[in-house]
Amino acid sequence: MNRIETTAPALEEAVSSAAEPPPEKQSSAWSQFVYVATQNPLTLVAFGMFALIVVVAIFGPMLAPYSPLASDSANALKPPSWDHWFGTDNLGRDVFSRVLVATRLDLLISVIAVAISFVIGGALGALAGYYGGWWDRIVGRMVDTIMAFPLFVLAMGIVAAAGNTVENIVYATAIINLPFYARVARAEVNIRRDSPYVLAARLSGNAGWRVLAFHIFPNALPPMMVQISLNMGWAILNAAGLSFIGLGVQPPTAEWGIMVAEGANFIVSGEWWLALFPGAALMLAVFTFNLMGDGLRDLVDPQRRT
Amino acid sequence: MARRSKSALVGRRLLQAAPSVVGIIIVTFLLTRALPGDPAVYFAGPAADENSIAQIRASLGLDRPLHEQFIFYVGDLLQGDLGKSLSTGQPVLDEILSRLPASLELTLLALIFSIAVALPLGVLAATRPNSWIDQLCRIVTTAGVSLPTFFTGLFLVYVFYYLLGLAPAPMGRLNIAFLPPDPVTGFFTIDALLAGDLETFWAAIGQLILPAITLGLFTLAPIARMTRGAMLQALGSEFIRTARAAGLPRRKVVLTYGLGNAVLPVVTTLGMVFSFMLGSNVLVEKVFAWPGIGSYAIEALVASDYAAVQGFVLTMAILFVVVNLAIDIVYTMIDPRVGIEG
Repeated sequence: MNRIETTAPALEEAVSSAAEPPPEKQSSAWSQFVYVATQNPLTLVAFGMFALIVVVAIFGPMLAPYSPLASDSANALKPPSWDHWFGTDNLGRDVFSRVLVATRLDLLISVIAVAISFVIGGALGALAGYYGGWWDRIVGRMVDTIMAFPLFVLAMGIVAAAGNTVENIVYATAIINLPFYARVARAEVNIRRDSPYVLAARLSGNAGWRVLAFHIFPNALPPMMVQISLNMGWAILNAAGLSFIGLGVQPPTAEWGIMVAEGANFIVSGEWWLALFPGAALMLAVFTFNLMGDGLRDLVDPQRRT
Repeated sequence: MARRSKSALVGRRLLQAAPSVVGIIIVTFLLTRALPGDPAVYFAGPAADENSIAQIRASLGLDRPLHEQFIFYVGDLLQGDLGKSLSTGQPVLDEILSRLPASLELTLLALIFSIAVALPLGVLAATRPNSWIDQLCRIVTTAGVSLPTFFTGLFLVYVFYYLLGLAPAPMGRLNIAFLPPDPVTGFFTIDALLAGDLETFWAAIGQLILPAITLGLFTLAPIARMTRGAMLQALGSEFIRTARAAGLPRRKVVLTYGLGNAVLPVVTTLGMVFSFMLGSNVLVEKVFAWPGIGSYAIEALVASDYAAVQGFVLTMAILFVVVNLAIDIVYTMIDPRVGIEG
């Protein structure tokens, strides 16, 4: 730990800035949130839609008027009506119920995938940014190798090799998202590695991993949260794309991607509601996460606002 | 002097691509080895006993240690051998090469479309901040990345084929009524023009337009966003103020000095855009029954034809590396600052 050789004023500064906890942080963050939300009404809309999506994901099966799997051949391929808001599909299943119920699965796949890549990518990136040297070289090479592939194609290859299951969709989506977290974490940790409060923490005798985990990482979190939100939409698109081409989720399970794929066959004969509604739900979810990510970025990093 | 250091930079960039290629080959090899099924059992057929399976395993080199298998794999790759497709029995490389032009024709047209729309949109948005065109640009960029490609494609098919009857049926590259033109480049549009067959040319264009727009809409957003950001930055800099103060015409200030400086970051974004494109290509090809390598990969996935899938992944990755390389070299060539200081 020869990096601690610093001059006395720098140390003093280090100690004083470390000893000065920002007590108003909570309330100022809240007021900034209110400011950003009122400045940009779209962000507020995004948070509202996000809440709606979460509610539907949790209570979807209870809200659905019909069973998502109950077929009714007498009522097949009926356009939207009062009984069936989104119409019925080729087996007479209620499209509205299926779209509602699918929310949970779609959200779950992408949340788990993003969580995995956040934890692993974040940890690897933080180690690379903090220790540098071999860590940096190995993690950097790994990230570059993943990024050398067109990401959706790599996901297809992984699912093909590991087996066509929902879990493998999750892992594949996690792997292709990993580089983004590793890069953000590496950059954020790297710029804080020698900042005064880190030096102070190290001087007080904290072990390297402790400094990293409890002093640097919490400060690197906000930019990573933005990344999560921007990434969620992409993860949903990706997972839906994989199931659209027949990977992962299998019929008759209700999932947006596969519902669009099933509805695709009826587009040319004019039965648009089969594909439109699940596709629109998918679009709305991705749009929500993207808007929210932009809003969060304004909150965390006002300078990068465009 | 500057010229020589530029070529040195290009040479160094070429060398930097080597680790990526090595990484790609290792990953595709590992993916092949991670397969759940046993290829030897498959090749041996249903009537095989233990002995013949072991024999086939030995003849395929599957009984060797992993690093030896890797050397064989690399040796095969160097000879252009990607293995045989399990479902058709054809060499994977031949099948991919015969389908590649279809995908490239679609991707290139989509790229031209999205640049042709995104570049002016970004420039106009940056020169008139907070105007209606800036808002339009914002909506397009946010909506563009939120649209699932397969959904846009189906929507366009519904509107332009079913409702309006303007577009032909989404069934491949050419209506069955037409014969494909003599293959020269493999691009139906160019081949038809070379053969002087205008009717086939228009038929091919008709089939191309919807899938190309679908693919282009998806990649439009990052290009427009980047153009707008880069233009804003360029227009805010001192040399623009100087040019304005000197009384240069607005057109020259914006297009020559502004766009000339903004185009570099946009070129860099193209690499990422291409990654998106190669991925969404698969989805678009499925929607429009386009006989490119994307549909080939989907058929292979459905049939669990692993050699074909690995060949597809490898081809796409190499294509992506080549594109990135080309973009970086173009960047080095067009950036007047590169090579002067270094």
